[in-house]
Amino acid sequence: MNALRHIGYMTVRDLRALWRQPWYVVATLVQPVIWLLLFGELFKRVADLPGFGDESYIAYLAPGVVIMSALFSSGWNGMATIEEINRGVTDRLLVSPVRRGAVIAGRVVQSAIVIVIQSVIMVGIALAVGATFPGGVVGVLVLILVSALLGACFATLSNSLALMTRQEESLIGAVTLLVLPLTFLSTALMTSDLLPGWMKTVSDVNPVDWAIEAGRSATAASTDWALVARDAGLLALLLAVCATLAAQAFRSYQRSI
Amino acid sequence: MKTSVDHGPAIEADRLVKTYPGDVRALDGLSLTVPAGTIFALLGPNGAGKSTTVRILTTLSRADSGTARVAGHDVVREAGGVRRAIGCVGQRSAGDREATGRENLRLQGQLHGMRGRDLGARVDELLEQIGLSEAADRLVRTYSGGMERRLDVAMALVHRPQVLFLDEPTTGLDPEVRADMWREIERLTREHGLSILLTTHYLDEADRLASQLAIVDRGRVVAGGAPEHLKAELRGDAINVELTYTANGAVHAALDPVPGIRELVVDGTSLRARADEGARAVPLVLAALEAGGIDVASVTVARPSLDDVYLRHTGRSFEEAER
Repeated sequence: MNALRHIGYMTVRDLRALWRQPWYVVATLVQPVIWLLLFGELFKRVADLPGFGDESYIAYLAPGVVIMSALFSSGWNGMATIEEINRGVTDRLLVSPVRRGAVIAGRVVQSAIVIVIQSVIMVGIALAVGATFPGGVVGVLVLILVSALLGACFATLSNSLALMTRQEESLIGAVTLLVLPLTFLSTALMTSDLLPGWMKTVSDVNPVDWAIEAGRSATAASTDWALVARDAGLLALLLAVCATLAAQAFRSYQRSI
Repeated sequence: MKTSVDHGPAIEADRLVKTYPGDVRALDGLSLTVPAGTIFALLGPNGAGKSTTVRILTTLSRADSGTARVAGHDVVREAGGVRRAIGCVGQRSAGDREATGRENLRLQGQLHGMRGRDLGARVDELLEQIGLSEAADRLVRTYSGGMERRLDVAMALVHRPQVLFLDEPTTGLDPEVRADMWREIERLTREHGLSILLTTHYLDEADRLASQLAIVDRGRVVAGGAPEHLKAELRGDAINVELTYTANGAVHAALDPVPGIRELVVDGTSLRARADEGARAVPLVLAALEAGGIDVASVTVARPSLDDVYLRHTGRSFEEAER
């Protein structure tokens, strides 16, 4: 109970800070929107290839881009943690009776809430440029849920890296190194039937692809709920692993001060 | 939340040892006792171990060995109890800069389990006390250094702690803001009956604020007691006399018979000596010199400073240790 309340306090604090710099939210949206519009246009003819069925490429692309926007915005979540460590804010919190986990959990919840808002905006833009989500409202809700789940995983990972490296340059390097390959080694842009063999193998163990597959299936005309449940379950498991890692990183930070 | 009435010392540390990676021994058996309701200063140059001590006492960091109790709670086994009983002002302003002053104070109170009217009233009261009522709903980012510092103090006090830690609270502040902080700290102990552990590398700060102090050097307490007492141990004030012309032998002949004058050193036209009570010795010195036909240009009496105390206990002057 106390822990939940503390997570709440920290989440409100982080959301409020973000609310005061909305350009950050807009900035993390710009890239996925560009991808949606640019790739949607550039690869229009790709959908003529066998393997895409009869849907338009933009309809194929939309769920993937929603997940991508979650990945982009959550990866930077640890930056605020580094800034607060360097400014002494974290230490000030740690000498108060705050629940230790709440300091990071609050920030991750904030990231997940931002991702939900971003995902709604992305879905709106996708609909406006001609994508359809035959899975209906339930499908879209599942898409947003897995997007938030993946975002929570990466936000937690980002905070763990932040606690371990405590250097903005290192975090920027790690995030940049991870985000693009994870996006391309997935079915975000190309159906799995058309991926080269090794890429297909990699995509099977790529959490980004779990989220994309679950989201795409949920929003498709006929949903494979077993697949959605399996991928969502895998993401939940990954979140637990990331949380353990974050707790470990937090302990190592405390030992170092 | 008030814990049970406790008449024991506010802080007790016993033989704390802390080594950082690379074999840096930050604390080397540091012990101290802070009586309740007093300002206790931990005085020492940078790197002496003051901040490490504060980190251990505030549960941020753990000692390799040794024990410590704060407000009656063991800092390791009862860390929660310690955290509820203390307030901390760190070396740097650590308010949330993207939040307002009021939001910062409220969050701090909430984390200490305060809520509703009690919290609102307490926050208003503190904002009033530190003169930030007008700026309460502005982002901390827009505050001046002095305002930010006052907010730090208020944040440490929201939950009415028993023990307050001030880790170099005036480092890097301009003199005016510093004097402001000093008045604030004095008011706090007077009005709230707080026990305060203050770390500082300013001798004048320790001298002005602390009723007890410990001089820390290389991770140990090398001397402790009331500032007056420590200075009195040096036995006497310094008397400096400037002569109009040199008169080496005559000076000794004139002053040696004067009672209470010790450690007379003559160096050209300057002579230095110690006396138990400088003000009382000066007329005798002047009379003796006049009787010996020696002209005096000027005379000054200086109370022993903490700098002298530091020099005596560490064998280094304070400035030297800071380097």
